[in-house]
Amino acid sequence: MNWNSFGEFLHMSGYGPYVWGSYGVFALFIVVEWVQLSRRRKDIIARIKRMARMERGD
Amino acid sequence: MSILSKEFWLQFSSPKTFYPVAGRMIPWFAGGAILLTLVGLYIGLLAAPTDFQQGDAYRIIYIHVPAAWMSMFIYIVMSVYAGMGLVLNARLSNMMATALAPTGAMFAFLALWTGALWGRPTWGAYWVWDARLTSQLILLFLYLGYIALQAAIDDPRRAYRASAVLALVGVINVPIIYFSVQWWNTLHQGSSINISQAPKMASIMLTTMLIMSLAAWLYAIAIALFRVRVIILERERHSDWVRDLVGARP
Amino acid sequence: MWAAARIVLWRDVLLAVRRQSEVVTSLFFFILVVTLFPLGVGPDIEMLRIIAPGVVWVAALLASMLALNRMFSGDYVDGSLEQMVLAAQPLPVLVFSKILAHWLVSGLPLVVMAPVLGLQLGMDSDSLRVLVISLLIGTPVLSLIGAVGAALTLGLRGGGVLISLLVLPLYIPVLIFGAGAVEATQAGLGGDSHLYLLGAICVFSLLLGPWASSAALRIAME
Repeated sequence: MNWNSFGEFLHMSGYGPYVWGSYGVFALFIVVEWVQLSRRRKDIIARIKRMARMERGD
Repeated sequence: MSILSKEFWLQFSSPKTFYPVAGRMIPWFAGGAILLTLVGLYIGLLAAPTDFQQGDAYRIIYIHVPAAWMSMFIYIVMSVYAGMGLVLNARLSNMMATALAPTGAMFAFLALWTGALWGRPTWGAYWVWDARLTSQLILLFLYLGYIALQAAIDDPRRAYRASAVLALVGVINVPIIYFSVQWWNTLHQGSSINISQAPKMASIMLTTMLIMSLAAWLYAIAIALFRVRVIILERERHSDWVRDLVGARP
Repeated sequence: MWAAARIVLWRDVLLAVRRQSEVVTSLFFFILVVTLFPLGVGPDIEMLRIIAPGVVWVAALLASMLALNRMFSGDYVDGSLEQMVLAAQPLPVLVFSKILAHWLVSGLPLVVMAPVLGLQLGMDSDSLRVLVISLLIGTPVLSLIGAVGAALTLGLRGGGVLISLLVLPLYIPVLIFGAGAVEATQAGLGGDSHLYLLGAICVFSLLLGPWASSAALRIAME
């Protein structure tokens, strides 16, 4: 292990903002991509069901 | 099912048979990506020693380099799929090319973002007109052009075929662009910082970088399969099998 | 085949010359953009001389792009493009004629005008000569690559902005070698190697451009 405390880990010997800014935005993008795609999937499934209901006429 | 049988390969050719296959493959790729990311993050952020030249800022390369590699690799794979879709008129290939583009663009942007944050402490500037950064920026433009063209065309068949031509023209141009930017950079050497002589890398760094790249690669496959499934649903929404699938038919 | 190609070329040039606005608009735009730079960065002739190759080349890039979406749209609207796609003559040859006509109308005037603008920016005669040669080799490439973009965006909403997004990144090597040739001459290094590379790009795009644009046209006409 390289670090003596959690604070030291966050501090990254002074480069904390750069390191965590990179890793944070990276993680954010990946999470946003999954969430947005899951929502898109839910939307299209709801739409297919709605269309089928309309055609059946109820 | 044997990997040598015709049936094995046919399931990758039509959206209907590929949809469930892709669904079964996603957890494996996503799981592998998560596992490798955890290992890579553990070594990269906790175990690997501080670099004596760059301090801890160097830890950014564990995500910067995989992002840069993936953005280039995805563009090539995307063009291959686009070309196959154009020549063989295969719908699934077109859908795969479309599914890869946003992820490739995301990696291109992340490579620029992490590159800027690495450059500030290392070179003293968020942006330098270095050959690699400039090429990366142009690659992002190529992705955005591809996505914009596809979004501008309403007819899906024309959208696929037109964007495939653009992807092929782009992939032919990428080596020329890289070479010209390299040339441009050496001509103006005096005004920019030369980073081509990267410091010799410790083997633990290289290993971690490879682990993280593999993780990014598995992630890209997983998300592309996920997106291609959504695209299949959107495109085939009028077909009976999709309606059966989502339980929309009594 | 060559007769048909000649007729298409002659017709396009004649139409453009009769209409006049096409030739004049891109040329005027070119002059205007170059003129804006001294007003923006100040009249210091030393600085202008340094940025001159880049300024003239970027202005040429933008000016030749201005006329791109008219390359096929007129023929698309009146139906003659459909006839060309269906014609017995190979489409790439006819498309090449149209590209050549486009260059004669919107590229060549820029080459002729460039030395005057170069003089305004304080370039010496050696650099002016290289500037003209680089534009002479480079502007056809702009028309050839631009034709692919014009064919891909044919008949689309907002095609004008879209075409610039598609085409400008692909113009970058031409810009680098074109402006680089002049800069190298100014620096006393000689711009020959740049010009050779630019020539290679020109030959390469001559081979692929008409073919790729006709593929794109067929897709758009389906």
